[in-house]
Amino acid sequence: MSAQTIDADYNFGYLDEQTKRMIRRALLKAVAIPGYQVPFGSREMPLARGWGTGGIQITAALIGPEDTLKVIDQGADDTTNAVSIRRFFARVAGVKTTEKTNEATLIQTRHRIPEYPLSKGQILVYQVPQPEPLRKVESSEVETRKMHAWSEYGAMHVRLYEDIARYGRVATSYSYPVMVNDRYVMSPTPIPKFDNPKMDHMPALQLFGAGREKRIYAVPPFTKVKSLDFEDYPFEVQKWNEPCALCGARGSYLDEVITDDRGGRMFVCSDSSYCEDRRDAGHTGTQIDWAKDKAYLDPNPDEAA
Amino acid sequence: MSTIKNRLSVDENAPILTATALTRLYGERVGCRDVSFSLWPGEVLGIVGESGSGKSTLLRCLAGQDRPTSGTIALNFDGVPINLFDISEPMRRQLMRTKWGIVHQNPRDGLRMDVSAGGNIGERLMDRGDRHYGKIRSSALDWLSRVEIETNRVDDYPRQFSGGMQQRLQLARVLVPEPKLVFMDEPTGGLDVSVQARLLDLLRVLVRDLGIAAIIVTHDLAVARLLTDRLMVMKDGAVVEEGLTDQVLDDPHHAYTQLLTSAVLAA
Repeated sequence: MSAQTIDADYNFGYLDEQTKRMIRRALLKAVAIPGYQVPFGSREMPLARGWGTGGIQITAALIGPEDTLKVIDQGADDTTNAVSIRRFFARVAGVKTTEKTNEATLIQTRHRIPEYPLSKGQILVYQVPQPEPLRKVESSEVETRKMHAWSEYGAMHVRLYEDIARYGRVATSYSYPVMVNDRYVMSPTPIPKFDNPKMDHMPALQLFGAGREKRIYAVPPFTKVKSLDFEDYPFEVQKWNEPCALCGARGSYLDEVITDDRGGRMFVCSDSSYCEDRRDAGHTGTQIDWAKDKAYLDPNPDEAA
Repeated sequence: MSTIKNRLSVDENAPILTATALTRLYGERVGCRDVSFSLWPGEVLGIVGESGSGKSTLLRCLAGQDRPTSGTIALNFDGVPINLFDISEPMRRQLMRTKWGIVHQNPRDGLRMDVSAGGNIGERLMDRGDRHYGKIRSSALDWLSRVEIETNRVDDYPRQFSGGMQQRLQLARVLVPEPKLVFMDEPTGGLDVSVQARLLDLLRVLVRDLGIAAIIVTHDLAVARLLTDRLMVMKDGAVVEEGLTDQVLDDPHHAYTQLLTSAVLAA
């Protein structure tokens, strides 16, 4: 997608310069103390809180005219939230947007880390609904801050203990807590735990913004990120018995898609751009005949014909 | 902090806790006034007195939950004397989790109600850094049987337990890290007599077996007689009489203690 004309009625990147400065200061502090939640003055944005206002404010504070932006929502580039946020920044910053992971300099994401490994110089911005990993075990904010300050993280393992006692394994499959730089327990946001290992020593900078909760935190490049576990129940990620039905990928995160009302279902890559790339490169899955059916895939079958 | 955690030797001759001239005022009102005493390892001290006499205020100060207006609390766990309110808050919290335990009158204050019995007991172990599920689990099962709860209840929630069982579960949670000092605030309050008797029996055995020093606040003289070695009688925030339990109960000197002992049926 090419650069769009900027809407001159807005300051570049929508936020005013003082707000951007405030957010950048919070970001610097967050990068300096990996995993620590830095408070910031979250602004009203032209969309409801809970729709990624924290991530958008970080993106707005960082974006420059030379940046190329990719926005992911649940792995997909083409869902409502992703499309709206991409269009928003095309309008208020006039930046180039893309769906290709390797072309993007700035990637704002909700609930996924792209399948392609990120590289040095890229920035991954997460939208965060609940920044406090201890919230489920301790409801008092005063108390959780003390627990972080003094590394009192025993209660965090109680959650894992409860899972193993009840299900025989850690059943938590997303928002799986991590230890950053051997110091702070951090919520990785509701990404599937499948993505947790990607955070460890990632060459890209990872920034997290919680708009409603007014917190920013960060994982600098090449920082140790370890998922919490027990010695006799080591951390493990989800596995699937079958490959992606469209591109045949094994080892990517798969979504289950219901295809009819007679129990039909298939598993497809959640990272839509990755899946498309593989299909363009000639990879096929079991559903490829179905996938060739333009009536299903193309929203405007008449045009395609 | 880790050195405090690891060393377990206790000097039998030195008091484990020494309170000097403890006073806690709430504005004009007196919580407790000028309380001084020492507690030796393995000793069980009772604090009795009527409601509002300052028992709970004193206990909260001793347990580090409330800062006294004046006076000091000196602790001696490993031959290293510490002044409770001179050390930093994280260190005090560390002590609370590892070296002493608090048994609340209401088990809801001491338990996580939305966490299973096993998780409640295991939390204390995870607090001190245990990260082996199997070992945590077997400790939890072991402690459940020690407090006479069937081990097949390990995955049940505290709210599925009776009041007496909740209190015993709380006891297991407090005792699992093998504390040196335990504070109990009316541990048998709100339980019926037969359940009380069973709990008291259990308490007595555990405290004796583990050689724990304990401070028990109670208004029940029968509880005091059964569990404690020494007794302090409080009235209007001050200690009016102090001595060996049998001595105080059988031969009370202070007028108020005489009133207190004569007010109950023969225990």
